[in-house]
Amino acid sequence: MPADLAMVTGLKAGDHGAMADLYDRYSSVVYAVALRVLGDTGAAEDVLQEVFLQLWRNPSAFDAARGSLASWLAVITRNRAIDSLRKRRPETDIEDVVLSVAPDLAAEADRARAAEKVRGLMGTMPAGQRGALEMAYWEGMSHSEIANKTGEPLGTVKTRIRAGLIALRKAFQT
Amino acid sequence: MTEHEQYAEDLALYAVDALRGEERAKLDQHLSTCAACRLELEQLRGDTALLALTASGPRPPRRARQRLLEAIEREPRRAAARETTTGKGWWGWLGWAATAAVVIFALSLWRENSALKSVAESANSRAAESSRQLEELRRVAAPLLEPEAQRVTLVAAKTPPQPQGKAFYLRNRNSLVFLANNMPPLPQQKAYELWLIPKSGSPIPAGVFRPDANGSATVVNPPLPAGVEAKAFAITVEKDTGSPVPTSPILMMGAAGE
Repeated sequence: MPADLAMVTGLKAGDHGAMADLYDRYSSVVYAVALRVLGDTGAAEDVLQEVFLQLWRNPSAFDAARGSLASWLAVITRNRAIDSLRKRRPETDIEDVVLSVAPDLAAEADRARAAEKVRGLMGTMPAGQRGALEMAYWEGMSHSEIANKTGEPLGTVKTRIRAGLIALRKAFQT
Repeated sequence: MTEHEQYAEDLALYAVDALRGEERAKLDQHLSTCAACRLELEQLRGDTALLALTASGPRPPRRARQRLLEAIEREPRRAAARETTTGKGWWGWLGWAATAAVVIFALSLWRENSALKSVAESANSRAAESSRQLEELRRVAAPLLEPEAQRVTLVAAKTPPQPQGKAFYLRNRNSLVFLANNMPPLPQQKAYELWLIPKSGSPIPAGVFRPDANGSATVVNPPLPAGVEAKAFAITVEKDTGSPVPTSPILMMGAAGE
């Protein structure tokens, strides 16, 4: 976390070296998330550029007290990639995206361990729950769209998405 | 079902941007007034971050790094201008009162930070965090406190400017911020004095001030006895060194809300 803070402080001071360090540390996370959503390397690279440029323009949008920069960048990137996928204007300013995440994910090894744990948990979820969560998260589908596609009632889709997210949280609380 | 339970599932949908239209607008409205649901949303977003981190794949092409660094070379630094813009969404409605609360909180942090500097090394990281927060809050509060800040009071058209004061008092922190506009100039050796009128007892001096050339003035955290409940605030004209008791008629007064 101190490294995150130092890099963001550097950005606030207009330090290009801090931006290079930050890119070297987190570009793989950002690119992977964008590529997972978009499935196209060119489009993913565009989202990567956009995300880092936005952080350069507005480094105060990241609140280091709330979690790691990796988590925040991953969420911002996913949102931008979904906007790009669905060819819509961004619905949320990056400064309005505040998140709280328990595990410290600043180090690549910690992120890899956390990702492995989440993959394992997703593998144990009922197929309907995993499907609803993935359609919402990786395809940007609304709950109505998911209900139409799966034939499940809206309420069931809502319940599954929430239960899936809470299950992820609980896995890191024990 | 409580109101929060009612929104629990919609919050999860909101966190993954799967909530649209009227339901989203309704939840936005609720979030603007419900700290508990905002906190839950932050946690749900944190949960989605765990999901995002499962993405894996090749590293970005090498050219992407150079492309970014060239882009920021061309980019004018707009951080300062950006930071002075008003926040959108949930924060937009907060207005003066919340800003003043921020000022008061900043002053409290200032005190806390001073205390932290003297404690053991184990507290150093917390002190650093407090300093960072303090710096952020000072930045937010700057338009209220900096002498060069432009102060504009909007009134009904064709209404002559009226003297106006706003007091923000946080009894449990023993902190007070007072802002005044359109105050008439005073003769030399005279000053305005702010009084805290307690629920019982005599008026308590709460700071002496002289307005600037624009009629504006600020009083920040004057010495006050601890934990006094305010019934009202008032202003009189006194000698420029202040007076322990009011010696002239009250010029302005405002009752403290509950």
